[in-house]
Amino acid sequence: MPGVEGFIYPNEIELQWSVLIVLYPFITGLVAGAFILASLERVFNVHVVKPTYRLALLTALAFLIVAPLPLQLHLGHPERSIEMYLTPHRTSAMAMFGFVYLWYLMAVLVLEIWFDYRRELVLARRSSTGLRRMAYTVLTLGSDNIDASALRVDERIGYALTVVGIPSAFLLHGYVGFIFGSVKANPWWSTPLMPIVFLFSAMVSGIALVMLMYMALTRARGRVIDMPCLDTIARYLFYTFIIDFSLEMLDLLHRIYEADESFRALDFMVHTKLWVSHILIQIVIGTLLPLVLLAAVQLVSLSERARRRLYALSGTLALIGIFAMRWNVVIGGQLFSKSFLGYTSYKLVFATREGLLPAVALLVLPFAILAALVRFLPPWADVQPGAASIVVTHGDTGR
Amino acid sequence: MIEDRRSFLRDTGRFLLLTGAASIAWEHVLAGTPDASPNYALTDHWWGMVIDIDTCIGCGNCVRACKAENDVPLEEGAFRTWVERYQVDTNDLDHPRVDSPNGGYDGFPELRSTGENVKVFFVPKLCNHCAHSPCVQVCPVGATFESPDGVVLVDKSYCIGCRYCVQACPYGCRFIDPRTMTADKCTLCYHRITKGLTTACCEACPTGARQLVDLKNPKDPVHEFIRTHAVHVLKPQMATGAKVYYNGLDGAVR
Repeated sequence: MPGVEGFIYPNEIELQWSVLIVLYPFITGLVAGAFILASLERVFNVHVVKPTYRLALLTALAFLIVAPLPLQLHLGHPERSIEMYLTPHRTSAMAMFGFVYLWYLMAVLVLEIWFDYRRELVLARRSSTGLRRMAYTVLTLGSDNIDASALRVDERIGYALTVVGIPSAFLLHGYVGFIFGSVKANPWWSTPLMPIVFLFSAMVSGIALVMLMYMALTRARGRVIDMPCLDTIARYLFYTFIIDFSLEMLDLLHRIYEADESFRALDFMVHTKLWVSHILIQIVIGTLLPLVLLAAVQLVSLSERARRRLYALSGTLALIGIFAMRWNVVIGGQLFSKSFLGYTSYKLVFATREGLLPAVALLVLPFAILAALVRFLPPWADVQPGAASIVVTHGDTGR
Repeated sequence: MIEDRRSFLRDTGRFLLLTGAASIAWEHVLAGTPDASPNYALTDHWWGMVIDIDTCIGCGNCVRACKAENDVPLEEGAFRTWVERYQVDTNDLDHPRVDSPNGGYDGFPELRSTGENVKVFFVPKLCNHCAHSPCVQVCPVGATFESPDGVVLVDKSYCIGCRYCVQACPYGCRFIDPRTMTADKCTLCYHRITKGLTTACCEACPTGARQLVDLKNPKDPVHEFIRTHAVHVLKPQMATGAKVYYNGLDGAVR
């Protein structure tokens, strides 16, 4: 049979989870990571990263909106997906996705963004007319009170939401890891480390993405990048990356040393079919290289320009590495037979329902949503909603 | 203002509650009453299968009978039951050579020379109808379930086609039916066994290598068979409560 080596069970010819299921943990990881970066400022008082606070929230929202789409596209019967809400199966790890997702979207992210932007939304409504005014009226939910005591309440609720949001973000992505880590039939997935590895890799990818977005958007707006902010984000990226890498190496070491019944099959797979995506792209290019670059910035004093370039490079490499990690988990976990006697292969097709084209579209879509969000709810301290790109000169308009 | 908010919340709450209740009630109405089967009591049975490796000749009758009886797609990757052929070299027990061309549907090509120290045997496989099925555990909507008489079934009108159950089965017993895009698997010919018949695969087996057994029936010869033979289940380390018992199962079989 083409693409098959050795013996696989007859029903294993078709790979069950495609590139779309690779996107699912990748995208939710970006959401969780971006949110945790935002919470640094709000809860952990790392005020120096404030310029990215709102951008991180909007990035999280843009990607969260897209997160369920690859799943929907993948289902054999997407029209029945509502059953996950109506008749969730209590023992299923997957059944909770809808609830965790809705909780995170509505109870955490949307609420937090709304409270954070409420003052500006009310001001924008007051100063606009016609359709725009109607839109802002809807967005303010009819609330017009922005006196000092109301804003204090907003601030307190926002803080509480972030406090709730941190464990929620952990839940969102740790849970995605559990979906894979709890499959005992699959030794490549089945490890209690999976949720934690997913969590830290999520933080790496989310922080890297917000860092890159901040650099790109600030540059596009012709503003000066806040270097202390950028340096701090890069430092956090470095720290979480070290934890992430240590956990992954711990997993690898454990597998190699224990060498259980599945080891030979998995070892062979890593040395053949997964060599490029796992060893080369994920570990060398996507992890070790950015780690060395980020470490270099910590150790050697470099010019701002050089630092910016290194951050941009290491951020991009980190994103590539984390994507490769998701790929190697999801696709790699299906390339070997559960008989441990053979291997199959994954062929990525182009323009089918689960092909490369929809995958690329789903990766571009969050950026389009983010662009719209940034336009409508500018995350910059110097721009107000409803006054797109008009610089406000009188006082602080930020939160 | 406060009054408005209160009444808004009250009305919204009522609306959500009532429409929810109504939709659940309507679902029950639509589901209707199940077919009456007066002679079959679910709680009187606990189904499984006994497979005798030494007796299987690898003819593939069971595979063909299953596909015909259950309208299983004839294409690759769609088997409710299949047969594997193992060749185990006594000098290299860790690396058995295994084949299962088209799941054994067309039988097996003759082996010209196997070498002197090679043992060859056939292993018929099917869903193990586990008592603690990992596939049932993971189904997000409960479309697949263990029946009270010990059979793992799929409600195809409910399955959302997420394929999590296919991933969760350690034995490779599930596949997605390309016609319905839902999970498919051995039903242990539920439509037959609840009417007092045996499964199509057991019926078609010329050597009696496969036997449907009812572990709750004290008169079933399975009790005598298991008492007097060393039987094994596949992958016992998975602790799935598999109910397909193999007699003469070689340690090389995965």
